[in-house]
Amino acid sequence: MTMFDSAPVVSVSHLRKEFPVRGGLFAPKEVKVAVDDVSFEIGAGKTLALVGESGSGKSTVGLMLLGLLDITGGTVAFEGKPLSDTNRLALRRRMQVVFQDPYASLNVRMTVRETLTEGMIIHKMGDARSREARARELLGQVGMPVTALDRYPHEFSGGQRQRIAIARALSVEPKFIVLDEPTSALDVSVQSQVLNLLRRLQREGGLTFLFVTHNLGVVEYLADEVCVMERGKIVERGTVDAIFDAPEQEYTKKLLSSIPSLDPAKHRLAAS
Amino acid sequence: MSEPLLSVQNLRTYFKTPRGEVKAVDGVSFDIPRGKTLAIVGESGCGKSITSLSLLQLVPEPAGYIAGGKIIFEGKDLLDRTWEQMREVRGKDIAMIFQEPMTSLNPTFTIGYQLTEAMEIHGANAGEARGRAIDLLKRVGLPTPEQTLRQYPHELSGGMRQRVMIAIALANRPKLLIADEPTTALDVTVQAQILSLIREIQEEMGMSVLLITHDLGIVAEVADDVCVMYAGQIVETAPTAELYRDPKHPYTKGLFASLPARNRRGQDLATLEGIVPDPTNWPKACRFAERCAFRWESCETIAPKLHPPDADRPVRCHLYDPEIPGRPNLRAAQEAGITGDVTTALKDDTNAADAR
Repeated sequence: MTMFDSAPVVSVSHLRKEFPVRGGLFAPKEVKVAVDDVSFEIGAGKTLALVGESGSGKSTVGLMLLGLLDITGGTVAFEGKPLSDTNRLALRRRMQVVFQDPYASLNVRMTVRETLTEGMIIHKMGDARSREARARELLGQVGMPVTALDRYPHEFSGGQRQRIAIARALSVEPKFIVLDEPTSALDVSVQSQVLNLLRRLQREGGLTFLFVTHNLGVVEYLADEVCVMERGKIVERGTVDAIFDAPEQEYTKKLLSSIPSLDPAKHRLAAS
Repeated sequence: MSEPLLSVQNLRTYFKTPRGEVKAVDGVSFDIPRGKTLAIVGESGCGKSITSLSLLQLVPEPAGYIAGGKIIFEGKDLLDRTWEQMREVRGKDIAMIFQEPMTSLNPTFTIGYQLTEAMEIHGANAGEARGRAIDLLKRVGLPTPEQTLRQYPHELSGGMRQRVMIAIALANRPKLLIADEPTTALDVTVQAQILSLIREIQEEMGMSVLLITHDLGIVAEVADDVCVMYAGQIVETAPTAELYRDPKHPYTKGLFASLPARNRRGQDLATLEGIVPDPTNWPKACRFAERCAFRWESCETIAPKLHPPDADRPVRCHLYDPEIPGRPNLRAAQEAGITGDVTTALKDDTNAADAR
């Protein structure tokens, strides 16, 4: 079942993640189910938003999809091939990630040049000269000057760091990028720069995005389809228009009605 | 019009740093009438939090200090008080809640201890304090107040901790509540509950609120008036509805135009290119000029003043001051995504954005 014309780049079926909560020799084994029977597909060049509040399991889904977290049950397939231990490295070149906090996700001891070429070296792409050329090209793509190459992350603002993180994700020519709250740590005027950049990269490079976020304004603007998660489960799924105009589930309605309105005449917040 | 509860006049708070003096708050003035909510909105580093800390003389010393200005609270200047004398004001007449309730609560004491402490300091006896604590916890929507009194902060969720912080802040029925990003660390559904709670209690107690936030949505929900801050100065003050109907300062226009919304799908969002200037060396003239799509020669030579000075809606921008020579190149502004007509710029656009 898909809402898209194109073949899915990523498909996830019956994904499940359990975390043990209590070890101990005699204590009964208890688990917390963080992700419970999650299935979706993302078509080529599309953006699926995974929205929900903290603890809903949305980031966990992203990490499992990338093979960064073991899967308890279910499968992840990338371009039709199931993700397994044997093909993980090869597939990881095709799937990249940008995290929320560019302060934490960039290595402070690496220059921008090292950050941008490391992935290419690991994946044995090109030679030193072509990697250098690619690093320069990447900086251009994300709107940064080439003088940034010899500098360290602390010399940049939050928005610039997030651009470097995006350039790093692009360095290995992925098809698919997981964006885990990529603008949550940024001011709105900087957020708009990053969103414009992501949209342009998608348009020009045919990239497919999984956008993990709690920011519903960003979802409305950028996503094609939305999955609403609550306590590990997808409770509702649909196009942006369907979800925002005609939510069916109580939880989705509650979530949408909690967004502060930009119109001071409408005080929509419900009483506590 | 009656005298405002709080009147801040030309407040200047500076920091001495190895790189030079940082004028974090550089001549900020605003009034908060009784029972009203004023929001100070701005992006990171604009000085909004330092402004709020200055009111209670809580600026981190010795690097930071209040270099000048007046903070008139109920007719008296709080800056005439020593740090010690401010204790009578803090937590009593003026209370404050912060962004991250986990770091403002002490993890080693029970909620009950932390809640009654402030009441006992300000003169309540133990039994009376406990009774009031239970009432307060009930009032902020905690279902089992007796149990909560015995709990430690780590046993509560983020939303519950912020409710406890509000209860502590309200313990002495303050006249002014300063809320610095009170819901930034919370989920939207919890945020909605906390904002509603603050508003209800405000109405009940007739308290004034100073809200510090970067979120224009929250401002629209709760504030009566708004000050927009940029680079240590207020660039625009307006009644909330007015500001949203017709943002005047190019920075404010840019903020609204950069918000993602459904009616902007498929189009680029407006951006404010460049970065905030170096706070050790603010530009001599307009601090926003470097990033401003409207700028012309005068912006780099003459420092803009809030104009008109005594009106309801002063704006710190030459666009609105007919005395300033020259006018901008509107095409550049249009290309930057800030719509051309200066007086009604963005009006249609922002209205459409609300339709979500």
